[in-house]
Amino acid sequence: MADDKEREDITVAEFHKKIKDAFEVFDHEANNTVDVREIGTIIRSLGCCPSEGELHDLIAEVEEEEPTGYIRFEKFLPVMTEVLLERRYRPIPEDILLRAFEVLDPSKRGFLLKEELIKYMTEEGEPFSQEEMEEMLSAAIDPESNSVHYKDYIAMMVIDES
Amino acid sequence: MGSGTSTQHHFAFQNAEKAFKAAALIQRWYRRYTARLEMRRHCTWRIFQSIEYAGQQDQVKLHDFFSYLVDHFTPSSNHERDFLDRMFTEDRFPQDSEMEKFGDYESIEVPDNYTGPRLSFPLLPDHATALVEAFRLKQQLHARYVLNLLHETRKHLIQLPNINRVSTCYSEEITVCGDLHGQLDDLIFIFHKNGLPSPERAYVFNGDFVDRGKDSVEILMVLFAFMLVYPKEFHLNRGNHEDHLVNLRYGFTKEVMHKYKTHGKKILKILKDVFCWLPLATLVDEKVLILHGGVSDMTDLELLAKLDRHKIVSTMRHKTRKENGKQVKKEEANQKSSAGRPTPWFLPQSRSLPASPLRLGSLQAHRAGRSSSIPCGAPRDAKELARQVRRSVDLELDRCRQQAGFPVSWGKEEASPCTPEADSGAEEPLEPTQEEWRQVLTIFSASNYYEVGSNRGAYVKLGPALTPYIVQYQANKVTHMLTMRQRISRVEESALRALREKLFAHSSDLLGEFKKHDADKTGLITFSDWAEAVESVLHLGLPWRMLRPQLVNSPTDNTLEYKSWLEDLAKEQLNRENIQSSLLETLYRNRSNLETIFRIIDSDHSGFISLDEFRHTWKLFSSHMNINIRDDCICDLARSIDFNKDGHIDINEFLEAFRLVEQSCSEGNASDCPQTTNTNDNGCSKPGTH
Repeated sequence: MADDKEREDITVAEFHKKIKDAFEVFDHEANNTVDVREIGTIIRSLGCCPSEGELHDLIAEVEEEEPTGYIRFEKFLPVMTEVLLERRYRPIPEDILLRAFEVLDPSKRGFLLKEELIKYMTEEGEPFSQEEMEEMLSAAIDPESNSVHYKDYIAMMVIDES
Repeated sequence: MGSGTSTQHHFAFQNAEKAFKAAALIQRWYRRYTARLEMRRHCTWRIFQSIEYAGQQDQVKLHDFFSYLVDHFTPSSNHERDFLDRMFTEDRFPQDSEMEKFGDYESIEVPDNYTGPRLSFPLLPDHATALVEAFRLKQQLHARYVLNLLHETRKHLIQLPNINRVSTCYSEEITVCGDLHGQLDDLIFIFHKNGLPSPERAYVFNGDFVDRGKDSVEILMVLFAFMLVYPKEFHLNRGNHEDHLVNLRYGFTKEVMHKYKTHGKKILKILKDVFCWLPLATLVDEKVLILHGGVSDMTDLELLAKLDRHKIVSTMRHKTRKENGKQVKKEEANQKSSAGRPTPWFLPQSRSLPASPLRLGSLQAHRAGRSSSIPCGAPRDAKELARQVRRSVDLELDRCRQQAGFPVSWGKEEASPCTPEADSGAEEPLEPTQEEWRQVLTIFSASNYYEVGSNRGAYVKLGPALTPYIVQYQANKVTHMLTMRQRISRVEESALRALREKLFAHSSDLLGEFKKHDADKTGLITFSDWAEAVESVLHLGLPWRMLRPQLVNSPTDNTLEYKSWLEDLAKEQLNRENIQSSLLETLYRNRSNLETIFRIIDSDHSGFISLDEFRHTWKLFSSHMNINIRDDCICDLARSIDFNKDGHIDINEFLEAFRLVEQSCSEGNASDCPQTTNTNDNGCSKPGTH
């Protein structure tokens, strides 16, 4: 029992340092606060993959009583530590991602046309902003066929991550 | 949250709107991907900033060194005294007759086959425009015209006050540009996008025209030409890089000598004087102050206006040795306030750099103070730009204006207008600010400053009522075609390379720290230990845990073999196997300062110094820095660096030993890079040295 507790303590300590590092990257004024708009980036770069809705809930937890537009580290740390300990918002495995694309391509062509991708990404789910859409298109679309071969696309993005 | 997440997702799919869920999944995944890219981008920027900051701290050491030589060092022989004098001859105040000689251009013949631009004086607007066009076509201005232009420039500058006063009733708009650092493409872009200077279009360039970029000469020619053509509308402020000693360190001197092999020295000499005559600040309608170093609680406009600015030759040395009879004695170059603290134009007082109280604050404190000499860049986010407005300093700005007797208006800043632009990515709309006070804007005009894709540049237009309107751009078209991912990768690689260099430079100390975390002598430490150790040695304040995957290739999940990691670093950096390793490391760490000192000693800019000079330099420098190296080691080192054994050291070869050819390597000329060789096996902990 004591061993387990010790192991958990070490883990918590590790998490604390990790969270602090990530937080500090966006702490532009070196006063232990970050703009609330950067919290999503911080959380995601710590290995979590929340949806926009889940992100909003999380932000609500770490915001001040009267939102200032800034999140303080003291509030962020315990909440984020719990998230990491509970392994919440796990990243999506490659095969699941592939299946998601296949759902959007019922005739199993192996690709999605640019217009189709735009339609799905900007009208369904938690829609992309115009900037997000443009950015995705720039990397995903093969200009010759004006389509995204999603299997290759996924493979390329995954390599990028490691 | 249940058992396997796979099952969970699968279950979700089986129900409800499949397409909706699928889209949401893809979006969720994609947003995480971009978040990680964003994090990498920020980390990269932090790396550059902290290394640049460390470089400036380095310069403080140089300044200390010179002060030490002036104040405390007693030469023990004529030889030493002569050597020292060589280091300080640059401080000599040029006599007018000398200036005439250096400005002599009439005797220089322009060959018939010269196809570059020609200038005749007095300059006309067409000449200046033609100059821009010629440079755009990569032509070079003949030395005769360069000297002629500099001569006329000097005559013009001498009559200007310290503070340019501009009024917008004459010109309809005024555009303010920041650091250009030799990046001609950015200047051409600005003129192209914003229009050439004219009586209706005023410009202010806020210093740091030279160094780092490769076309500093051309930028100066263009700026000086327009200044002569439109003296009422075109204004230049001096920056801290308009300084011959800084130029030795950051590349402008090299550029001049490379482009003008015969007349380069003359050009440099007259430039040194021209820089001293540049005005220090520009004031628009008595309301907007434009100053290279920004403002702080020490800024005093009255004092600034009264300085003898010509006496401030360099910010790297503010004293000079007084020699009886031999040299002209120069007084304290910087004016001091009654509290004994100088008020430089080039940097806010709160930063620690030459001629300011030397407070080596931490990088954190520095970031909190946010000075403007480090390129905050024109970041890609409008919101980041808005954040650069510092409320606290506005009060100081107003206070110092009160001091100078100017009326202060507390009007509310109107929201900056935004205009969509034809160029993709060229402009971004600005959020309206809520500031009640006047803003302080940091403007940096050198896009892609660190690396292609690293940042945008910006300029500010002051419209009616002097509301600022900011335009951002990136001069290199290549970046527009890259995806965000590709852009970030390139810049990141550049940053990481610089970081690895730094790590290498502290190999011995790192090994010591790692060993402390390895009590059981397993040869392994955890990633967490690694992060702690690295920060405690380098003090760069970087998010090491975020950077670790890019810096450490480790097969295991959580630990690394530190010795082999350090060896790998060395293999990347070292180039010569015959130079003893730990000494090399010490030199490496101080190479910027050493290079500067060498170039000062090499007063004829030949690129060579003698073995003796090298030994003397190193001895002086190392004793001041408390680096303990035995004499015979230094001799050995000097001899081994003298690669062709002729008693002289080629400065560039010496630096090449430290793989400072990264520029050409990064541009893909891998074959031009020297091959890596193995270093000594136990290089890192040689007994008896330091």
